[in-house]
Amino acid sequence: MPQLNFLNPELIQIDAEAEGKEEIIKKLASLLISKGYAKESYLEAILEREKVFPTGLPTEGVGVAIPHADIKHVIKPAIAVAILKNPVQFNVMGNPEEKVNVKIIFMLAITDPNVQLELLQDLMEVFQNKELLLKLSVSKDVDTVLRLMTAKDDDNAEKMDMAGNY
Amino acid sequence: MAKKRILVACGTGIATSTMVAKKVEEALKARGYDVLVEQCKAAEAPAKAPNYDLIVSTTTLQNCGSTPVIRSISFLSGVGVDKDIEKIVAALGDK
Repeated sequence: MPQLNFLNPELIQIDAEAEGKEEIIKKLASLLISKGYAKESYLEAILEREKVFPTGLPTEGVGVAIPHADIKHVIKPAIAVAILKNPVQFNVMGNPEEKVNVKIIFMLAITDPNVQLELLQDLMEVFQNKELLLKLSVSKDVDTVLRLMTAKDDDNAEKMDMAGNY
Repeated sequence: MAKKRILVACGTGIATSTMVAKKVEEALKARGYDVLVEQCKAAEAPAKAPNYDLIVSTTTLQNCGSTPVIRSISFLSGVGVDKDIEKIVAALGDK
C-alpha cells in the first residue's frame, strides 16, 4: 500500500507556474525547507546535483522529473509534488545532452532509501502508468492528486472507496 | 550455478539506484538467475567495479575497467524495459 504519510497536501502545488526548472526547483525546495522537512542546504544541493546528474525522465505519458539531494540535507522524509501549468525543460537522466518537457515534478526528501523503498517503488509505478500520469498532469485540486497517487491503479480507487479506508 | 554480482549506480546512490536495483533483481530472478544486487554512488563505481560482473547505471560513469556497464533509465521511465533486460542478460552470459 502506498505510503500516504509521505504525500502531504501542504507539499502539493497545482497549476504551478515557472519559467524554467530552476524556478520550480526553488519553489518546491523552499516549501520542503519552510515546512521543516529539509535543511537550508537542501536547495543548493539539489540545484547542484541537477546540473551534474539531471533527473528528467521521458515516460510513455507525461515527462516527469525527480530532483533530490543527499540524505544529509534532509530532516524527515517527504515528497513534494508540482503539477506545472506549462511544462519546463529538464535535462534527461543519464543523457544530459537530451532535454525533456516536464509537466510533473516529484521532489524527493529521502533519509533512508531502505526504509523508504516502498515509497520509491510506488513512485516508479506512477511513472510507468501512462493513464495515471495523464490524469495527474491535468489535476485541478490537491484531493484529486492524493487520490490518484494513493490508488495502485485506476480500478483500485473504487475498491478502496468501498472498503471505506486505505 | 554461480551467483552474479550486479552493481547499480546513480548520482547520489539514494533514490534512483534503489528503484532500479529492485527492478533488476526481480527481472533477473524471474529469469532464473541467482543474483546479488548492490548499489552505490556514480563516483564510487570505478573503484567497486572489479568486484562485480555487471554494472547498471542511470548516469554516465568514469572508466569501470573490464566490467561491462549498461546505462539504463528504462526501469524508471517504463520506456524500453524489455530491451534493457535483454542487454543485461546478454552481458551476464550463462547462469
